[in-house]
Amino acid sequence: VLSYVAGIAWFLALVFPPLTQRTYMSENAMGSTMVEEQFAGGDRARAFARDFAAHRKKSGALPVAWLERTMRSVGLEVYTQSFSRKLPFPDETHERYMVSGTNVYGILRAPRAASTESLVLTVPCGSDSTNSQAVGLLLALAAHFRGQIYWAKDIIFLVTEHDLLGTEAWLEAYHDVNVTGMQSSPLQGRAGAIQAALALELSSDVVTSLDVAVEGLNGQLPNLDLLNLFQTFCQKGGLLCTLQGKLQPQDWTSLDGPLQGLQTLLLMVLRQASGRPHGSHGLFLRYRVEALTLRGINSFRQYKYDLVAVGKALEGMFRKLNHLLERLHQSFFLYLLPALSRFVSIGLYMPAAGFLLLVLGLKALELWMQLHEAEVGVEEPGGAPGPSVPLPPSQGVGLASLVAPLLISQAMGLALYVLPVLGQHVATQHFPVAEAEAVVLTLLAIYAAGLALPHNTHRVVSTQAPDRGWMALKLVALIYLALQLGCIVLTNFSLGFLLATTMVPAAALAKPHGPRTLYAALLVLTSPAATLLGSLLLWRELQEAPLSLAEGWQLFLAALAQGVLEHHTYGALLFPLLSLGLYPCWLLFWNVLFWK
Amino acid sequence: MAAAMPLALLVLLLLGRRGWCLAEPPRDSLREELVITPLPSGDVAATFQFRTRWDSELQREGDTDHYFLRYAVLPREVVCTENLTPWKKLLPCSSKAGLSVLLKADRLFHTSYHSQAVHIRPVCRNARCTSISWELRQTLSVVFDAFITGQGKKDWSLFRMFSRTLTEPCPLASESRVYVDITNYNQDNETLEVNPPPTTTYQDVILGTRKIYAIYDLLDTAMINNSRNLNIQLKWKRPPENEAPPVPFLHAQRYVSGYGLQKGELSTLLYNTHPYRAFPVLLLDTVPWYLRLYVHTLTITSKGKENKPSYIHYQPAQDRLQPHLLEMLIQLPANSVTKVSIQFERALLKWTEYTPDPNHGFYVSPSVLSALVPSVVAAKPVDWEESPLFNSLFPVSDGSNYFVRLYTEPLLVNLPTPDFSMPYNVICLTCTVVAVCYGSFYNLLTRTFHIEEPRTGGLAKRLANLIRRARGVPPL
Repeated sequence: VLSYVAGIAWFLALVFPPLTQRTYMSENAMGSTMVEEQFAGGDRARAFARDFAAHRKKSGALPVAWLERTMRSVGLEVYTQSFSRKLPFPDETHERYMVSGTNVYGILRAPRAASTESLVLTVPCGSDSTNSQAVGLLLALAAHFRGQIYWAKDIIFLVTEHDLLGTEAWLEAYHDVNVTGMQSSPLQGRAGAIQAALALELSSDVVTSLDVAVEGLNGQLPNLDLLNLFQTFCQKGGLLCTLQGKLQPQDWTSLDGPLQGLQTLLLMVLRQASGRPHGSHGLFLRYRVEALTLRGINSFRQYKYDLVAVGKALEGMFRKLNHLLERLHQSFFLYLLPALSRFVSIGLYMPAAGFLLLVLGLKALELWMQLHEAEVGVEEPGGAPGPSVPLPPSQGVGLASLVAPLLISQAMGLALYVLPVLGQHVATQHFPVAEAEAVVLTLLAIYAAGLALPHNTHRVVSTQAPDRGWMALKLVALIYLALQLGCIVLTNFSLGFLLATTMVPAAALAKPHGPRTLYAALLVLTSPAATLLGSLLLWRELQEAPLSLAEGWQLFLAALAQGVLEHHTYGALLFPLLSLGLYPCWLLFWNVLFWK
Repeated sequence: MAAAMPLALLVLLLLGRRGWCLAEPPRDSLREELVITPLPSGDVAATFQFRTRWDSELQREGDTDHYFLRYAVLPREVVCTENLTPWKKLLPCSSKAGLSVLLKADRLFHTSYHSQAVHIRPVCRNARCTSISWELRQTLSVVFDAFITGQGKKDWSLFRMFSRTLTEPCPLASESRVYVDITNYNQDNETLEVNPPPTTTYQDVILGTRKIYAIYDLLDTAMINNSRNLNIQLKWKRPPENEAPPVPFLHAQRYVSGYGLQKGELSTLLYNTHPYRAFPVLLLDTVPWYLRLYVHTLTITSKGKENKPSYIHYQPAQDRLQPHLLEMLIQLPANSVTKVSIQFERALLKWTEYTPDPNHGFYVSPSVLSALVPSVVAAKPVDWEESPLFNSLFPVSDGSNYFVRLYTEPLLVNLPTPDFSMPYNVICLTCTVVAVCYGSFYNLLTRTFHIEEPRTGGLAKRLANLIRRARGVPPL
């Protein structure tokens, strides 16, 4: 208990000054020199944006021919790539099922260089007519960059259709791999190894602030130096820059600043834990390309910036990235951000998760001792197993009885993973639901069916020593959970920590004696699905847009569908992790609780 | 627009017995020429060539021994003024007179393409090749970018390109000429105007297409004396449309595919855009040893079918000694793309073997493609001595083929790199210290000490003692 409290307290304390450090630029090539930005193509950008929007409205899709012509006229080498993808089931939030589109990209070749390195500026265009200002700015920047002679790396200007799907198709084709079953035409032009990428989303001629998104696929983060670079140019250009939509607190000495920082930190933890790519930069991270998404936000604030200010910031960032001699590697890859200018490094946040996992370890140790004592008390004291043997042979009976619940809960997990997508057609034939709904409902049905499991297993399992049976099962489950959480924490701290905070107390307490209904309620409340629902509510709460429970339910259903879809389209790992790893583990505890 | 080629050092030690020229060459002679090719996009390509010959007492020793043939590539070098200055000093007139006055560094390095070369070879002085001269040929090719240097205008002149004009020929030169490519423009004389109007033209077949060049001879006194300097100008009367430039029959592309730091794949795409002729290509790849190639994964596909190379020579790498060498003769079907791919695993280097900037990645040299490309227009074999120098850049083997050697782009591959930061150094240092301390302590603790009794000594000692006693010195 003490350890648990210590873990949570440590996490909350992370935002206070001694634990959060100011960010600093580690990369020499980007640090010392300042560049002068000369971009002045604001009118040009707006004109491009207007033309683009008009052509887009006329054709109803990405105006490929117009883009090609315009890019060629500003002096780029232009190529297109067409792709198509059939989603496993219809995507209701984006209203798409059979997707086919075309990406257009232009390469600015660096003079006298051998095309070994490149930078990417990408604008993802969705199905609706947003982001045309971003395309305008991209074209204006391309025209400006083309006239400069200092480029040492090629620059790729990429406009993708169907936002993230297009980006994924382009990246897979660029690296000539096929991860997600996308059909796309091979790329005609390449420009070496991509060193860094910036994604841009702008939907208005003026912006009040620029929001930056860092969280990528499966909670991967870009190097902290890239973020520092962005922050440097925010300060230089006097732009208002936000993280998670929150301004950064000015005052870190009083209590207000850290509290606001905590809000931002929690938002980041929730977003990172979701494992979704928040912006098209997230997909670049898999290929070890450091990337950020910049989002222009137009709210009701008084002071507004035009496209020139944004363009200047981008120009400055590209010129600094152009100076890079090596890939960004100097600064942190694993960090948490309570504000744009402050970070918590991995060495400081790991103890929080460590304390939580210690609970599981201690509990497992206690059970082990109890089992051992019971053994020694019941059976003959001679031939006590050495401490180095992990599972003494005298437990053989207990172990054999554990195989059945383990197998059954793993099978449930597998069913949860496979059946919803496979069974959607059967479901639509027999019930009056759409395919996407069918997937979600099957998911929930299987999930709930898992709860009926203990009654089934008990017919299979016959144990002579009931006490030792559940203890052994719980021991195995605790070690299993601790191992899983330990691995998750190392790769995606936010997800691991979130799951640990919710699952650890229930897991530690679950036993077939005492107030069973209370324990059952606690377990249900902390099951992975309930955690998801809770995180959604917390997320909206922190965004200052609280949800009612009904809305939350709708959002929850949508999130389930999105989770499954993202696994199939981008290779996000949250869904298989939950269904194959944590859900069976949780079922084991459920089993322990209803042990007779 | 082609990217700049890395500095490739091709060391061809000695040519075969049949040297390229058999006629008596003029001695200590300099020929220089400048070829200017305006491209439809508005860019201008300029190629300088300087050829010097001199007699030498150095004699060739018999035939070429293939054992001494070496090929080396330095994929990283980027040319800059440091490469240009010593190169200019090899010229007889340096940069004082003749065409070389145009070689001004600040203009030459504002271009989008820059390639600089030095070729040395022996040339037979008579038909039986009993004595030889040496030939030094220096070439420099640049492409001026219409977007950057032309400020959007497509007209150009020598002054605008090089910020100099030609004033006098080099006194040592036996030939000094400027060629301007006016192939597509002078039939109707409506799209393009060259000023001053050329007095003579020259026709030839270059890379399979017929070309017409206007010739300006600097040794022709009338050319310069009229206006004290020669500033060739070219004006577009009707601006050309932004048409895509014609695609060459053979071109290639190379890239690394895959992600992660364990495995990868080297892919080379070979394009044959000839509408009806297939031709063979010799592909030469040298890959550093730290990319461990899996030769069984070598696949060559064209048009979806497997393409079996008619000849493969593979020399496996030895760690830290020699790179992989892979040479293949591949038949490219007409109008096709052929993909040559081979998988590799990235090796973990020793920690002293990393370069100072290991996170930049390691370069893999370009592959070299050599091919005889069928030409559309039949060319007649030319006499090398009589025709302009640039002809030797595009040698024609017989009437229907021309020879092309292409270098693909070099690649940048990331290897698994340890974090060379302070903790890493500390670990290395402490390990060393611990090893040294531990080693000596262990040595002390485990060694058993014996007291060795002094032996009475061997024969030599006894002899020495005898002598010492005789001399009255105390014995050893």
